[in-house]
Amino acid sequence: MAKIRDMIPAFELLQPTSVEAALDLMDEHREEGWVLAGGLDSFDWFKDRIKRPSAVIDLGGIEELKGIREVANGVEIGAMTSLTAIERDERIRSRFSIVADAAHHVATPQIRNQGTIGGNVSQDTRCWYYRSGWPCYRAGGNTCYAAAPQAMNREHCIMGRSRCVAVNPSDTAPALIAVDAKMIVENSGGPRVFDAEDFFIGPSIDITRMTVMGPRDLLTRIQIPATWADADFYYEKVRDRGSWDFQLVSVAAAFRKSGNTIQEARIAVNGVAPYPVRLEAVERRIVGSTGDEATAQAAGEIAIRGAQALRHNDYKIPMMRNLVRRAVRSVA
Amino acid sequence: MSQTELAGAQPKEFTRRTFIKGVIATGATVSSAGYLFRGTSLLGAATYQTATERLITLSINGQDRRVDVLPHETLAMTLRYKLGLTGTKLGCDRAECGACTVLVDGVNQYACSMLTHQVRGRAVTTIEGLENPDTGELSVVQKAVMDEGGFQCAFCAPGFIMSMTSMLDTNPNPTREEAAVALSGNLCRCADYEKILNCAMRAAELHRSV
Repeated sequence: MAKIRDMIPAFELLQPTSVEAALDLMDEHREEGWVLAGGLDSFDWFKDRIKRPSAVIDLGGIEELKGIREVANGVEIGAMTSLTAIERDERIRSRFSIVADAAHHVATPQIRNQGTIGGNVSQDTRCWYYRSGWPCYRAGGNTCYAAAPQAMNREHCIMGRSRCVAVNPSDTAPALIAVDAKMIVENSGGPRVFDAEDFFIGPSIDITRMTVMGPRDLLTRIQIPATWADADFYYEKVRDRGSWDFQLVSVAAAFRKSGNTIQEARIAVNGVAPYPVRLEAVERRIVGSTGDEATAQAAGEIAIRGAQALRHNDYKIPMMRNLVRRAVRSVA
Repeated sequence: MSQTELAGAQPKEFTRRTFIKGVIATGATVSSAGYLFRGTSLLGAATYQTATERLITLSINGQDRRVDVLPHETLAMTLRYKLGLTGTKLGCDRAECGACTVLVDGVNQYACSMLTHQVRGRAVTTIEGLENPDTGELSVVQKAVMDEGGFQCAFCAPGFIMSMTSMLDTNPNPTREEAAVALSGNLCRCADYEKILNCAMRAAELHRSV
């Protein structure tokens, strides 16, 4: 798929050293500008010449966007913090191990050393029709190539489709939903706070975006409230190879127990829809149970309600069902 | 430095490789942009001609290297085609193979997927920088690879060696499983992974005894 071409097409490289300066540059360049975090998503677009911004705004020099700190009610992660830093951070590992675990499951060590949490949640879908520059709905065209009768769509979605059948590729997204993280998005008008589950949007809301962020918006921080600290967590990612690959299906769950009984739960799945899906009906079903086998079975069935396979991805339905069951069983 | 001098310095091995490296080192291509932009009809002439190289100083293998760099140039391109450090390989150019792995401030990263302008002020180490600059003594990882004969075609070797070097920095006492995880961002098309892991374990052993 990827072709080696000689070089990335030219652009103007802007390297601001503060959030304020970055937001000014984003206002100035608008749709012509491109915000660069770790670059692992961006450079693919540039090398394939599908996206050709005239100005690239590199966030790498903005120190205030890096690092993990304790705040009044939990932990705050700067958007430009590397996935390796999150994976190794003692506070994250001990209190929100699911986030460290999810970060560890991203791609490869080199990519985690360079890739950032902000980039991981903001990255674009990997549907190869879209990534190859086909004029699909998401790219502003008027068809979906991945849902066509002859299409290769093994990795595409089983729910949440609306013209587009791509999936969200982020490994950290479901974990952030499970711990009820807050995403702080800034533009020159000031900051706004989104629940992680609302930060990701589907094609029925805006088919050209994966998140709430428009061209002038910047994700600056992610806050993890203490509410779910030290909860019982379950994270599992199924992929073709043990490294590099995006998820086929992944599940992230957080449980609060009282004795043997589940008091509260949050479960999210990724790889099944154009956005990470929070399974509130499953949560309601399992609260009050002990995570016993009957509950796990029921939870799996509820999870896949309404799922509809494309030609090559019917395996995702039992995979999602089984991952949800495993998550619930982990409590018992 | 003329080509004759360069050839004279290495009389036994005037190979295609040293010739190409010599050409790069002497700047015989005048501006390496001519080489980098060969066959880029796709680019659109107007776009790249407006891009200007900037003279910047990079810290490469402990030396300050001054080099003209385009805004959109990757580190792998600069290392190979402007600085003649061809030990860093380009396989996929997509962060999907690991052949271009270098160390940036001691941490292994893909040189194909970062801009050269992003490493200003940071220490870059390539495979050429692992040996002792004064004595030429190989690093423990390089010695381990020699001992174990870990690679077949060895195109991936520089990348693996850089990742092993980075691994020993954070985990000098890895289990075989931990080494496999640490090296999971490098591919070997000869599928020589068992022997490569032997190298990693041997390197850790040598590292501990230093």
